[in-house]
Amino acid sequence: MDSFRDKIVPVTSILLGVVVVWYVMAVILNTPFQRDLDRRANQTPGIVEFIGKTLAQPKPTLPAPHQVAVNFFENTFLRSITSNRSLVYNAWVTLSSTLLGFAFGTALGIVIAVGIVHVATLDRSLMPWIIASQTIPILAVAPMIIVVLAAVGITGLIPKALISTYLSFFPVAVGMVKGLRSPELTHLDLMHTYNASPSQTFWKLRVPASVPFLFTSMKVAVAASLVGAIVGELPTGAVAGIGAKLLAGAYYSQTIDIWSALVAGSVVAALLVMLVGIAGRLVDRAMGGRPA
Amino acid sequence: MSSILSLSSITPRSWQGYAALVLFVGALLVLPLVSATPGYGIATTVSIFILLLVAIEADNFPPMIGVVLLFLGAHGAAWMLLAGITGNEGSARASFYLLLAAAWFLAWRCVTVLSSFRPTSRWASTALRLIIPAIFGAWILIIWEAVTRGAGIPFILLPPPSAIGARIVGSLPVLAADVRQTIFKAVIFGYVVGSSAGFLVAIAADRVPFLRRGLLPIGNMVSALPIIGVAPIMVMWFGFDWQSKAAVVIIMTFFPMLVNTVAGLAASGHMERDLMRTYASSYWQTLFKLRLPAAAPFIFNALKINSTLALIGAIVAEFFGTPVVGMGFRISTEVGRMNIDMVWAEIAVAALAGSVFYGVVAFFERAITFWHPSVRGG
Repeated sequence: MDSFRDKIVPVTSILLGVVVVWYVMAVILNTPFQRDLDRRANQTPGIVEFIGKTLAQPKPTLPAPHQVAVNFFENTFLRSITSNRSLVYNAWVTLSSTLLGFAFGTALGIVIAVGIVHVATLDRSLMPWIIASQTIPILAVAPMIIVVLAAVGITGLIPKALISTYLSFFPVAVGMVKGLRSPELTHLDLMHTYNASPSQTFWKLRVPASVPFLFTSMKVAVAASLVGAIVGELPTGAVAGIGAKLLAGAYYSQTIDIWSALVAGSVVAALLVMLVGIAGRLVDRAMGGRPA
Repeated sequence: MSSILSLSSITPRSWQGYAALVLFVGALLVLPLVSATPGYGIATTVSIFILLLVAIEADNFPPMIGVVLLFLGAHGAAWMLLAGITGNEGSARASFYLLLAAAWFLAWRCVTVLSSFRPTSRWASTALRLIIPAIFGAWILIIWEAVTRGAGIPFILLPPPSAIGARIVGSLPVLAADVRQTIFKAVIFGYVVGSSAGFLVAIAADRVPFLRRGLLPIGNMVSALPIIGVAPIMVMWFGFDWQSKAAVVIIMTFFPMLVNTVAGLAASGHMERDLMRTYASSYWQTLFKLRLPAAAPFIFNALKINSTLALIGAIVAEFFGTPVVGMGFRISTEVGRMNIDMVWAEIAVAALAGSVFYGVVAFFERAITFWHPSVRGG
């Protein structure tokens, strides 16, 4: 009951507020164009009819929520999933490079973190560059990477996945360094008294201690790698994928298509983050963690 | 033959030194360095080998002198290798790479020795903290330069850093115009407006608990969404000029600021808040004297995240339409024209701008949150 009053009511009322504001904005933003149309057609519609028209334009400045919802529904459930207009198909194209990049990125992040924790030279020479690497607007480099790799003959999934990798390794590396260093000195001393070898300390103490950190940073990483995959589709004029849908929508002013592609991207992002969260909880339970 | 005989008296003291020695001997056996004429002069080749020998031997000196010898030997040899390969592009033979690898191992040894130093003075440890990553970065550039020139990788695929540097120097006016358009107009305006809007909404959410309970879950969810996708919509609404890019930046920077500020405002402890109550301080007094200072680390964290997001947002938004100036515009058109060195020049400028932006925020953070343990501790 408390969660109902403390969470669901405020969240739904704010979402309702957003929808209302959205409708109002849609009417306001679409008014100039509609007035222009009416003047050319020599029509003087009443106010209710006029508002109805602003919400039903084929290429509105701001599509109304129900237009987006209808478009999203049509392109998700009514089309065969092999059609290249189907959002499921486009989302799958983006998702596959997201997942590949995420897998690379997580692996790379873990390897770097293990290196940094165990080799002092790497800690002092690599860590500043890892942080600096994220102040670089890497997404700007995306077109470069894709064109260069295409010139070498690598096309398709890998270039997009590489951009996702670059974006997703950072949170994992930083989180894992923190996680692998999270065992306290007393725990390390205890392992020492057991005469544990470095590899035993690593597998039995450091790795289990780092698991919660790993999943927290994987949530950030999976969201970042989706952004990487979407942006990776922009510069190549990719034929499929959520980014390609956005670009095509921008070229042909299909605003409703852009919005429903955005919704699809958001749904994928939410699902991915949720899946990582669930996986984290399962692993936590399998390792004997109790709900706090 | 005499040079090989004298090798038997050389005793490295580290595994990097041994690796370098093995590569060194290997390189001796497969001379010359390049297959083309003019190639390397005798004097240059001999000095490269002598410099490497000095560096291999360096561990037998006291650490301070040894480190200087290692540094000079490894980097001097690398410098001469690079200087010689210019004009002999694409003709490097195995010995060239072996010597480069030997120099790299010695530089690694140099960094290892450097990071084992525990200087007592503050000044020295700061210098050390800068030098070690600087050597690492320099070697990325050295290997990049050596491989692109040595293997003769086509200019269109990956230009060597020296060519990119020359391009930056050669097209400063164009780069300056792009920076002015993208950073000084779109990024800074969007960053300031977006961050302050997030901040103000966070204060409002703090004042009205109902708003906070509703906004926080939504804000957390939105931060996982690919917001960058609104870029085409903003370009349609606000036109091709910088206003549409600023709008994208505003949207991207709003939510991290909101979420972090709300979290920061909850960071002050109960004890402190109770103390403010016993002083009979009003909401605003508590806010300004206790809770905002306590939230400062969180707010600066958001400002740092936003500094990167703002640059990304503005550059990506330019892919969707822009006047004929701007960093994103330049990148996408020069890729199409195969002027890859110009693209890399633009990327280097963007990286520099991003780092400076981040550095400025970090500087203000240190100045304002001087009381925080993470700053005080060093």
